[in-house]
Amino acid sequence: MADAAVQDRVLLPPEPKASLLQSRGMVGFLFMLPALAFLLIFLTYPLGLGVWLGFTDTRIGRDGVWIGLENYQLLWDDSLFWLSVFNTLLYTITASILKFALGLWLALILNEHLPFKSFFRAVLLLPWVVPTVLSAIAFWWIYDSQFSVISWGMIELGIIDMPINFLGDMENARASVIAANVWRGIPFVAITLLAGLQTISPSLHEAATLDGATGWQRFRYITLPMLSPLIAVVMTFSVLFTFTDFQLIYVLTRGGPLNATHLMATLSFQRAIPGGQLGEGAAIAVAMIPFLLAAILFSYFGLQRRKWQQGGAD
Amino acid sequence: MASVEIRDVRKAYGSQQVIHGVSIDIQDGEFVILVGPSGCGKSTLLRMVAGLENITGGEIRIGPRVVNNVAPKERDIAMVFQNYALYPHMTVADNMAFSLMLKKAPKVEIAGKVNHAAEILGLTPLLDRYPRQLSGGQRQRVAMGRAIVRDPQVFLFDEPLSNLDAKLRVSMRGEIKALHQRLKTTTIYVTHDQIEAMTMADKIVVMHDGIVEQMGAPLDLYDRPVNLFVAGFIGSPAMNVLQGTIDSSGVRVGNMVLPVQSAPAASVGRPAYYGIRPEHFQLRSDGMPVEVIVVEPTGSETQVVARAGHEEITCVFRERISARPGETILVAPDPALVHLFDRDSGRRIN
Repeated sequence: MADAAVQDRVLLPPEPKASLLQSRGMVGFLFMLPALAFLLIFLTYPLGLGVWLGFTDTRIGRDGVWIGLENYQLLWDDSLFWLSVFNTLLYTITASILKFALGLWLALILNEHLPFKSFFRAVLLLPWVVPTVLSAIAFWWIYDSQFSVISWGMIELGIIDMPINFLGDMENARASVIAANVWRGIPFVAITLLAGLQTISPSLHEAATLDGATGWQRFRYITLPMLSPLIAVVMTFSVLFTFTDFQLIYVLTRGGPLNATHLMATLSFQRAIPGGQLGEGAAIAVAMIPFLLAAILFSYFGLQRRKWQQGGAD
Repeated sequence: MASVEIRDVRKAYGSQQVIHGVSIDIQDGEFVILVGPSGCGKSTLLRMVAGLENITGGEIRIGPRVVNNVAPKERDIAMVFQNYALYPHMTVADNMAFSLMLKKAPKVEIAGKVNHAAEILGLTPLLDRYPRQLSGGQRQRVAMGRAIVRDPQVFLFDEPLSNLDAKLRVSMRGEIKALHQRLKTTTIYVTHDQIEAMTMADKIVVMHDGIVEQMGAPLDLYDRPVNLFVAGFIGSPAMNVLQGTIDSSGVRVGNMVLPVQSAPAASVGRPAYYGIRPEHFQLRSDGMPVEVIVVEPTGSETQVVARAGHEEITCVFRERISARPGETILVAPDPALVHLFDRDSGRRIN
């Protein structure tokens, strides 16, 4: 009886509404809708609006009209824009190299058997957990032209006679903001690489030791190649964060002195909001996209599974 | 090749001593197996020979040289690890060539040695693969290849077969033994598997709780274990050990009297353990009656677990037995092959 009923139902032509709701694809699509809406509203719309604004002469309080590539032509001849590109590249490349070198070094130290190891690992994360603006304000004090603790310390030690003009001199200001960025970015690199180091089996190092490798050779031939996939991930993220940095510069120097620390992000904001030229600011922001795409492409190739990571296939 | 001399070696982690004065002589070209339950110190001892652990006390010599303070890479040894420790980012050829590359050996020499080792181990078609693309047995062979190309004084194996499945283990056992017979390199091999020890070793060292319980040729250990621990550890299924008292006509266990060919003189009334291996029971019409609990035929032999008085015993017979659980069969231990152990010290007394 029951079998017959089931069979009847199967044989009946299904109702269109019910079948739509029962198809796996449809249910999957419905479940994706909230995420899709989220992405559209908070990612696609602002990005699209930004790109659109870059092609208009919109100002605050006045709708713009389509002016094509005029903003970009202006930027092409704008020496301040090119200075900001230079500053951004200098900032990103220097800070990323320092973060990588120091982060890897810290990770290697923390991977050894140290007393109070977990304590040091926890302390290492501190710069990362402090909100950027707070740490930037702390650096602002540290870099104060008169009351800097660094200057005070060095004067007390008799190394210098006069306080260092950290943020007032072009070269000093560049070095200072890079140092602050490095300080903030090291924990991310160090903790991630430390996690990677811990996945390398100690027996590989023992085998290499027996094979006659020195400490440096073990690092060069075992640690570094095995860490390279993770290094690609970490450095991609680090480069992206650094390239788009805004808060630190805005709190410390606002781009000064003499625009020596103006990054593309700060210049974009400067032109768009205080300057009111929304269109031009948007164009500067859009001009960051090619650089970011290049970084992402780099990571795309860097992140590809190495041949040795692939298993199975003969 | 070289002999290895381990002289009163001790190891302590802080105040915790884990190896209490172990002395082993290993002849040039000998295949010695350290066997024991986990935590007995056999791997630690091997790692001390390799130089991966410090030696707290005593002396280790490789050849004529005391190596206590010699760096691992200067000891001229090669080690095969339990997890193989192959470098995952290097091909099979590079894995094997790594030590020679570090020594800056000429390329031609490296290629020659790697190809030779690959030929011995049947790895030639796999030289360009990465470890991940290999099966467990192949990885095992690469690990051995890495050891062979170095042509060391001593091979060290740390439980090399324990990650393989049972069938592969048997065949690799044969390969390692054949390899040793071919290369005749002094070998120290650590395992917890007494069958590996029995089948491969020239000499077995049974370790337990950081001391050597017994050392000797495999069949000597099987035939004359010096104490209860070795008796229980060597042989599978394990020896039956029954608690009893020595009597004028044998050993009294419960209300049975079990036969012994020769009890030590003047020991009547002495409490003892009566040890008899499962394969040393015979089915005889004048045997003692035991109640069958389980019958496990393996084809070549039949294993029977039975109850004798209050004790459970295991017997292995070459013949096939049709007895069912609950039935009674008559079995007799071979009096010539009985092992007697002192009740207090566990030492052999016959």
